[in-house]
Amino acid sequence: MNFRGPFRIRADRDRPFPEIEHPEDAIVKVIRSCICGSDLHLYHGLVPDTRVGSTFGHEFIGEIVDVGSSVEKVKVGDRVMVPFNIACGKCAFCKQELYGQCHEANPQSTAAGGIFGYSHTTGGYNGGQAEYVRVPYADVGPTVIPDWMDPDDAVLLTDVVPTGYQAAEMGGIQEGDTVVVFGAGPIGIMAAKCAWLFGAGRVIVIDQLDYRLEFVKEFAQCEVYNFKHLEDPVVFIKKITDSLGADVCIDAVGAEAAGDTMNTMLGRKLLMQGGSTTALHWAINSVKKGGIVSIVGVYGPIDALVPIGNVVNKGITIRASQASVKRLLPKMIEHVKNGIIDPKAMITHRIPLEEVGEGYHIFSKKLDNCIKTVLIPPSA
Amino acid sequence: MIGDETKPEDFRNKRGGDHSHIKGWGVDRDPKNDPTYPMKHRTDEEIEGYTWERPEQQPVTVEVLKSVERPNIPAVFGNTVPPSGLSGALRRLAFKYSESSYGRWLPLVMADRIGEIEGIFEDLGNGHIPNLFAEHGLKSEWKYNRKNFVLKSAVTAAAIAGAILLFTRKKKD
Ligand SMILES: NC(=O)c1ccc[n+]([C@@H]2O[C@H](COP(=O)([O-])OP(=O)(O)OC[C@H]3O[C@@H](n4cnc5c(N)ncnc54)[C@H](O)[C@@H]3O)[C@@H](O)[C@H]2O)c1
Ligand SMILES: [Zn+2]
Ligand SMILES: [Zn+2]
Repeated sequence: MNFRGPFRIRADRDRPFPEIEHPEDAIVKVIRSCICGSDLHLYHGLVPDTRVGSTFGHEFIGEIVDVGSSVEKVKVGDRVMVPFNIACGKCAFCKQELYGQCHEANPQSTAAGGIFGYSHTTGGYNGGQAEYVRVPYADVGPTVIPDWMDPDDAVLLTDVVPTGYQAAEMGGIQEGDTVVVFGAGPIGIMAAKCAWLFGAGRVIVIDQLDYRLEFVKEFAQCEVYNFKHLEDPVVFIKKITDSLGADVCIDAVGAEAAGDTMNTMLGRKLLMQGGSTTALHWAINSVKKGGIVSIVGVYGPIDALVPIGNVVNKGITIRASQASVKRLLPKMIEHVKNGIIDPKAMITHRIPLEEVGEGYHIFSKKLDNCIKTVLIPPSA
Repeated sequence: MIGDETKPEDFRNKRGGDHSHIKGWGVDRDPKNDPTYPMKHRTDEEIEGYTWERPEQQPVTVEVLKSVERPNIPAVFGNTVPPSGLSGALRRLAFKYSESSYGRWLPLVMADRIGEIEGIFEDLGNGHIPNLFAEHGLKSEWKYNRKNFVLKSAVTAAAIAGAILLFTRKKKD
């Protein structure tokens, strides 16, 4: 695929074939890739340094077709899932399993690590919404897909499942805790499901799309509320949580939150701040004093409005990160194997890569009850 | 002075110093008081500073813009779409500022918009007329959101008709 500017994506046949640029590189022939809520931030033009001519896609699986001279752990012919973080495995941050924060993968920004197909602000790599893709540090990230695993599950393990899991993990959920998840996209759905694995007592999901709320209610056996029908979501959450607030709130919405006109104008239309912070606002204000707010929703690098005074006064702990996919993969594979998590149930759309422009439009506009879109390359 | 020639050793963290002259140093140390646990697997590595054995350096064959907050280019980087044209000039300007500055991000946002226009010229130069209908994914708008599609098309058509009218009328005057 070829990004031509906000809301403009086309499938091009004549894209250059990726090459081995470094001895630790591999070239992967893509079997499946996904469109993620994070891609929408690129698609809508919200991420600075998204250059025309880029290929997006950070969630993909594929077959290794070529390896650099020092690659040892994977070989040509292996079918692998590729974590969305590009990580060297050697720097101090990788050694601490902070694979989302590698220091040897992104020249353009010291805040962000390297990510496939996610603007030059995360390293300027091409992504996996393509037929072939260059995968750096092939001995670190790529993980061989077990024989028994469905490729549709595998592709969701490259981001969605570990991200949702880490959202819940960062919540520090204690047995019996009330957890409120903002956002019923794939990330929020997975966060709600995983909150139970940590022993939550009650899981509540807030969104504005009824079809997604219905899905998550069934999939993650949780309570759901549509904020469009609530006068003030914060007051409502206080009311249903003994008036004190939730123990843990999770922001699984990020920069494109709806629900507040001022935030939408400043963050999404005028691009005056690093995204609309409405969901984060609600999370901070709905959590209990001394509670925890876990952020996996993605925001831009520019300042964004948050009620920081309330964070101080309430003594809230904020925990946030890009998911550390590699750290969590072994556990996620086990959970899929044991039937605890069924990722592929979230897939609603399968679209040929040639129609990637339609895929983006459907996911962006949430048409046809779309939850998760998988792109299938013609050669797969 | 930190420059491109600075070696990892120069960044060795001096945190392990002797603090015995400070009364009570470390009496309340609690390694578990770490809100980043379990995201962060604590190792001794982190207290050493920027001294890890770096992976081999990927050859720099295209122009790579580098954050001023780091002394060097990371071992591996993406070499897609190097800066070019007016948007490229703006990007180079942006990279003179730190990630903490608006000077860094606003020119990049502007460069992205200019890049889109440059992209149209590039397409036309290559004899490719962008198929906006397909690029915007309007087939699915027609399929799943027809009311909105018809409404928007009508508004666009009316705007174009209005503009033509205005333009032709002006010519006559
Ligand atoms: N940290 C990470 O590692 C990581 C990884 C993947 C995705 N993400 C981020 O997670 C977020 C969600 O991703 P997704 O794929 O589920 O996206 P998505 O667009 O499918 O879902 C977002 C959902 O939030 C809902 N929403 C909008 N405003 C809201 C509000 N004020 N309160 C509650 N819900 C609201 C939308 O209706 C939508 O259903 C994005 O910001 C994405 O960039 C982060
Ligand atoms: Zn993603
Ligand atoms: Zn690293």
